Amino acid sequence: MRTVIIQPVFEEWRERARELLALHVPPGEVLWSDEPGESGLFASTDGSDRRGSVPKVPTAFLDIARSVAVHRDPRRWGVLYRVLWRITHGSERHLLAVATDADMRQLTLWNKAVGRDIHKMHAFVRFRLVGKDESTGREQFVAWFEPEHRIVRLAAGFFEKRFAGMDWSILTPDECAHWNGSELQFTPGVARQAAPDEDALDDLWRTYYRSIFNPARLKVRAMQTEMPKKYWKNLPEAELIAGLIAGSEERVERMLNTEERPARPAPKNAYLDSLREMNERESSAADEP
Amino acid sequence: MDLLQKLEILADAAKYDASCASSGAARKDSRGSRGVGSTGGAGICHSYAPDGRCISLLKVLMTNACLYDCHYCINRRSSNVQRARFTPDEVVRLTLDFYKRNYIEGLFLSSGIIRSADETMEMVIEVGRRLREEHHFRGYIHLKTIPEASPELIERAGRYADRISINIELPTQQGLTKLAPEKNLARTQKAMGHIRGKIEERHAERRKPDAPKPPPFATGQSTQMLVGADDSTDAVILRRADSLYSDYRLRRVYYSGFSPIPEPSSLLPIKPPPLVREHRLYQADWLLRFYGFAVDEIASDTAPNLDLQLDPKLAWALRHRAIFPADVNRAPREMLLRVPGLGVRNVDRILGARRHTRLRLADLLRLRIPMKKVLPFIIAGDHSPTRLGLDDESLRARFLPPPKQEELDFGAPPPPMPVDINSVRSGEL
Repeated sequence: MRTVIIQPVFEEWRERARELLALHVPPGEVLWSDEPGESGLFASTDGSDRRGSVPKVPTAFLDIARSVAVHRDPRRWGVLYRVLWRITHGSERHLLAVATDADMRQLTLWNKAVGRDIHKMHAFVRFRLVGKDESTGREQFVAWFEPEHRIVRLAAGFFEKRFAGMDWSILTPDECAHWNGSELQFTPGVARQAAPDEDALDDLWRTYYRSIFNPARLKVRAMQTEMPKKYWKNLPEAELIAGLIAGSEERVERMLNTEERPARPAPKNAYLDSLREMNERESSAADEP
Repeated sequence: MDLLQKLEILADAAKYDASCASSGAARKDSRGSRGVGSTGGAGICHSYAPDGRCISLLKVLMTNACLYDCHYCINRRSSNVQRARFTPDEVVRLTLDFYKRNYIEGLFLSSGIIRSADETMEMVIEVGRRLREEHHFRGYIHLKTIPEASPELIERAGRYADRISINIELPTQQGLTKLAPEKNLARTQKAMGHIRGKIEERHAERRKPDAPKPPPFATGQSTQMLVGADDSTDAVILRRADSLYSDYRLRRVYYSGFSPIPEPSSLLPIKPPPLVREHRLYQADWLLRFYGFAVDEIASDTAPNLDLQLDPKLAWALRHRAIFPADVNRAPREMLLRVPGLGVRNVDRILGARRHTRLRLADLLRLRIPMKKVLPFIIAGDHSPTRLGLDDESLRARFLPPPKQEELDFGAPPPPMPVDINSVRSGEL
């Protein structure tokens, strides 16, 4: 049995997995472990130029591996290596198509969890305006987010494409991403206090949230499935939720008890007259069955 | 009136429109520009309200003043609701400010009809124009259009919008005549046909290799139908939806259960339909679009309304027990899609896996397929439904929710629904 301790990044795992595979070390003889005392930021080694005599694997596997690598579950390296082994040494090249296989199922679950985490980061990051760069005239925004997995690098490209016209930083406990109009940069993680708490627009946003809510359709569980409570602390609108739920019954009661409004006659308007004429002309055209 | 008050009134006025999609736009982003915005790929829900609805767009009306008198609508002329009106710049500012804070995917702009269809449309289009041309905004824009607006204006709206829509509101002209006297089904469908033509024309032009790039046009249109405001049956609603999908290539038909409004009309039922009816219609809609079902198989003249207690696929399967069980190791895709509890994605996973392995129940369990639901309808390597020993009656009873009132239960969290309550948006049935 050998123990392999790696910095928890995909490139590092790929390097070591290649070495082990070249030596024909079966998965049962390797214990993988994340390097302790992780600071969050790791130099990503580029191993692409060091292809040994390792058999080729489907690109779909590398895509899954790249995603699973940022999951926090310590077992991921071992399962990845076992699947790699089965594909290359176990004559199971078709393994990726077998969604019902236990290892594949596990990778799929991790992959989905990472995908969901990235999606939720794209959804729930809230930028706060902190100033303006006087020399470039560009607005500067800062956001705080706590991702479940180490997804900052995987999620950052989206923000670059979407918010190219402003300067921004997304701060997280793992790693921070920064955009200045020309380059995406990464720096080590920081503490919550480093990011601003408020934005002048938050009140307008809360007004919108309150107004778009329909009290006659209360579905709290549907909301929480998609927006779990763990995200609420960084969402300015979340403080309204309890009050909106509590007040909805009374609001609906009031609607149901409101006296019905009689129909008001049409005002004098040339356009309404023309509609009426069109309707009369078309009234012969009955409903299609 | 300050901006906060206007936003309150004009968002409240827009909330009965169920459409929230921000997907299906052409791929574009802000790299290399001074602006912000990107579209393409799946849309993002940036928040959820306690009504369970996704908040992805700033959904507002330009004004809630309206000449029309649609009795289900809070903004009809007979309503005493407080009126307000945005300036184009106010909507532009709100959109950009919200967008830069990552609150939203873009703008969904509609309006009450003032003076005339054309003048109203021009107001709405002007916001789109300023966002795109003056602010280089590349985010999502959905513009509501009016069937009676001139074709040139609809074309201009499509130039700035990723999606345009016209609400059909009710599935029959009788319903409209009674509840929305200014609206006309034939004109609405004619306008949808025109939009379909434009979308397809631009799409074809884009694919010509050496032709000059045509001006952009929306990539899709959608509509909304109200449920429970008139006495249309589910069969009538679904037939209308089906023809909208096939005749006008709509991306989506939204079903919106009529919900009580603070300004009730004397012409409308006070009691809203159960929310689950709307849910069943969405499930049926999915069966039509992704599962190969025809309307008549789901709702027919003899049984014109969907079973509120069972999802429509399960209800269909119970009526057609003779064609089951389906063998997960051998049945064709079309058959597997008809098995209750198997969604499109799991059907495809099964098809992929069974080429290499003989599927047993443990395999299906790993795909998190709802076993209680599928077991009576499938054969697997180690399973045949005969061992369950179910006759027709016990089979139906197996799936019925525990007896309870089908009533809206305000205050308390929604009662547990049949297992599929959250699956319909993702298309898994």
